[in-house]
Amino acid sequence: MPRKEGWDKVSGAARYVDDMVLPGMLHGATVRSTIGRGKIKQIHFGPGVDWNEYVVVSAKDIPGKNCIALILDDQPCLASEFVNHPEEPILLLAHPDRPKLRKAVEAVSIEYDPLPALHTIEESERQSTIIWGSDNTFKTFLVEKGDVDAVWKEAAHIVEGEYLTGAQEQLYIENNGVIAAFDPKSGVTVWGSLQCPYYVHKALMTLFALPEEKVRVVQMETGGAFGGKEEYPSMIAGHAALLAMKSGRPVKIVYDRMEDMAATTKRHPSRTRHRTAVSKDGRILGGEIEFTIDGGAYATLSSVVLSRGTIHAGGPYYWPNVRIRTKAVATNAPPHGAFRGFGAPQSLFAMERHMDRIAQVAGISPVEVRRRNFLKSGQTTTTEQTIKENIDLDRLLKRALELSDYVAKKKRFADENKAGTHRKGIGIAAFLHGAGFTGSGERYLNSLVGAEADADGTVRVLVSSAEFGQGTNTVLCQIAAEALGLPYENVSIAQPDTTVVPNSGPTVASRTAMIVGKLVQSAARGIKETLTKTGLLHDDYSPEQFRAGCKEYIATHGALKSYARYEAPPDVFWDDEKYRGEAYAAFAWAVYVAEVTVNLATYSVTVDDFVALQEVGRVLHPVLAEGQITGGVAQAIGFALYENVVWQDGRMMNNQMTNYIMPASMDLPPIRVFFVENGNVHGAHGAKGIGELPMDGPAPAIVNAVEDATGVRFCSIPLLPEDLFEALRPEFNEQVVFPLARGTS
Amino acid sequence: MNPSPAASAKCEFSFTVNGEAKNVLAHPMERLLDVLRNNLGLTGAKEGCGEGECGSCSVLLDDMLVNSCLIPIAQANGTNVVTIEGMSAHSLMKPLQESFLECGGAQCGICTPGMILAATHLLDKKLDPTLADIREGLAGNLCRCTGYMQIFEAVAKAARRRVTQ
Repeated sequence: MPRKEGWDKVSGAARYVDDMVLPGMLHGATVRSTIGRGKIKQIHFGPGVDWNEYVVVSAKDIPGKNCIALILDDQPCLASEFVNHPEEPILLLAHPDRPKLRKAVEAVSIEYDPLPALHTIEESERQSTIIWGSDNTFKTFLVEKGDVDAVWKEAAHIVEGEYLTGAQEQLYIENNGVIAAFDPKSGVTVWGSLQCPYYVHKALMTLFALPEEKVRVVQMETGGAFGGKEEYPSMIAGHAALLAMKSGRPVKIVYDRMEDMAATTKRHPSRTRHRTAVSKDGRILGGEIEFTIDGGAYATLSSVVLSRGTIHAGGPYYWPNVRIRTKAVATNAPPHGAFRGFGAPQSLFAMERHMDRIAQVAGISPVEVRRRNFLKSGQTTTTEQTIKENIDLDRLLKRALELSDYVAKKKRFADENKAGTHRKGIGIAAFLHGAGFTGSGERYLNSLVGAEADADGTVRVLVSSAEFGQGTNTVLCQIAAEALGLPYENVSIAQPDTTVVPNSGPTVASRTAMIVGKLVQSAARGIKETLTKTGLLHDDYSPEQFRAGCKEYIATHGALKSYARYEAPPDVFWDDEKYRGEAYAAFAWAVYVAEVTVNLATYSVTVDDFVALQEVGRVLHPVLAEGQITGGVAQAIGFALYENVVWQDGRMMNNQMTNYIMPASMDLPPIRVFFVENGNVHGAHGAKGIGELPMDGPAPAIVNAVEDATGVRFCSIPLLPEDLFEALRPEFNEQVVFPLARGTS
Repeated sequence: MNPSPAASAKCEFSFTVNGEAKNVLAHPMERLLDVLRNNLGLTGAKEGCGEGECGSCSVLLDDMLVNSCLIPIAQANGTNVVTIEGMSAHSLMKPLQESFLECGGAQCGICTPGMILAATHLLDKKLDPTLADIREGLAGNLCRCTGYMQIFEAVAKAARRRVTQ
């Protein structure tokens, strides 16, 4: 089944926002703060620029509330009095000639009274200065199960560890961009590269104090997102719309790569501490987990990222007793945000590194420690969610070991590593990923999906779910076609436009195939039922009979539409206060195996083979599903070994593709993808979420393999040649290495 | 943001684009990418990084695969430029496009025009490329979605199709 928008993409005809030009259009640019924190004293418009040619917008021009409405309204659209991070937007400029904007931006100088700034989790925790709220803390969670305090005395071993993960740039190849137009009568229209049309819609209503019918958001073809176009488009859309309102002309803002990397969101840096009580035979008796993320200067989505990291912190294991304390803290960096995995890759990196540590202390193998602690059907997770699905993680692990030839390789590498200039190792990671919004999230979203039939017998799916490469268009059309018994070609999907499609929620959290897909299935069935009930269609119909039915119904009633709204499964219970209950409607499960070579001359690590085995319910579209896994694994290999954000005073210093290194075609191993199918009652045709899962496992599997190769316990990623050099050069003989936290000023 | 054009006045440049003679008025240092997109309305070449790392702006210039963000228009004067829009008649185009669609070689699509141009360039030089040849031939084109595996598969499949045809 070919990708719906595929032909446009392979012929170069697909229209992205920068490919669109409106008559009389201006270009917009942003003047940003150069310091981490301070009071704005004065703004000077320098000489050498004819300022009459430019449209200038400041916070004073905002008709509504000066904030990017999301969860807490703490982030201004334009800083007016104080700045809280480098690259914070202060002024907007527009001009017909794009090259003339750079000089103008450089000619604006801003005087500040600097204030003390915080740049690491530890600095924020010390609270030597308060930069947000009363304690620099955006959000905390506490999960308690059983009686952790009682387990320590029973423990044969107490295993402790601290694990760090760095920031990561989404690095979609298409930078953030929008075009906005303003009309005093009809309001604001925005065309953009974005994931969540209704997030932008809500933010613009607040910023402009406009009712919902006077804000229109249209998603253009979107050149990659990965979470990086979840919340930031609201900011850039607000900026372009303010310039459009003031100038009376359409305004395009498309960031260049340097601006995009420096100013927009990244994956939250994290620190996880484990203290685990383990029995003599390597079983987890209980433990404490502390998980902390750096949220940057404003709250944005940190509380939700923290939530997912919290729930995934215990991995796919059975914890009879556990206490998980987590927090998101403020620093003076641009806000960190959504990125594929959303907190889970961070806390699962810690869990899966820690499992290898537990194995060492207990004197058993990495395979055996996992086998002895795996969750089983009928047991409960850390939030006391009973696993009702029929899962067999032991079998999944066994299969992954076979596919990767783990046992033989592990033995062979141990023999071969005794000599030579290269060391080889193999590592595993077992993990899970919850699909859909956490806990009560889907109930709050209350998503609505539509399907509309045409008199020619074709059906159009109406959702706000965005296509940005993952295959939304294709999979949702496929689900509707199956539900209606129509050929795939007879079903299309509307371009997400808030005047055309209902709010089916954001395109995030691996929720589209499972949650939205299920609603598409219901809406499509609604069309069939309408026709059946009115006697226009009988069982076992042909597409031609369906067409005749549609034609007749529409001739009589004007239109044939059907909507479906989310209904929480009756057995789902969630307590937001105690963070207890059914965290997700379904989990995907996986075991990944990485094989690496460490070069002792260059201290570089290469991944030689990668096996990704997962159970994701029914695989709706094998080619798209495999593409999600290979793409996610590649990003996670970057997260583990290459992608290092260099910080200085809260500013990214390597904001270019030249010195922020993502994997290229020569850098990746064969990524071998395998699925085990297992029906899941919740999703459309038994599908579970898939998009984020592959981001979780590769980093710990790779670092576990590096430890297998070198015997050194690395606990921090990205793991760079510098770190290996420090640890492996002869004069350094310590077995435990915690590389210095990056990003300290 | 685009580099500021030199203070010098605009000049006229002549070159062939997709088989048609074109004259454009531009600053000599203006990027070929901007001239193609803004003056000639050929938006198939995309700007990803603006510094020759990502290959999304790939075009063929006198049969060489180049990053059009690194070519000042003055350097393109008198040359023969081919963009994705001008490739439809190329015998490799259809097999490549079909293979990309079948194998999942295009996800978000932003790197795809550059990737397909790079693949065409490779297959023009090598009749039956090995996986190593394919990896090397696409080394200047970054893709953040696919992890490349399905792109390699698509290029290999297009090569096989050509051989069997």
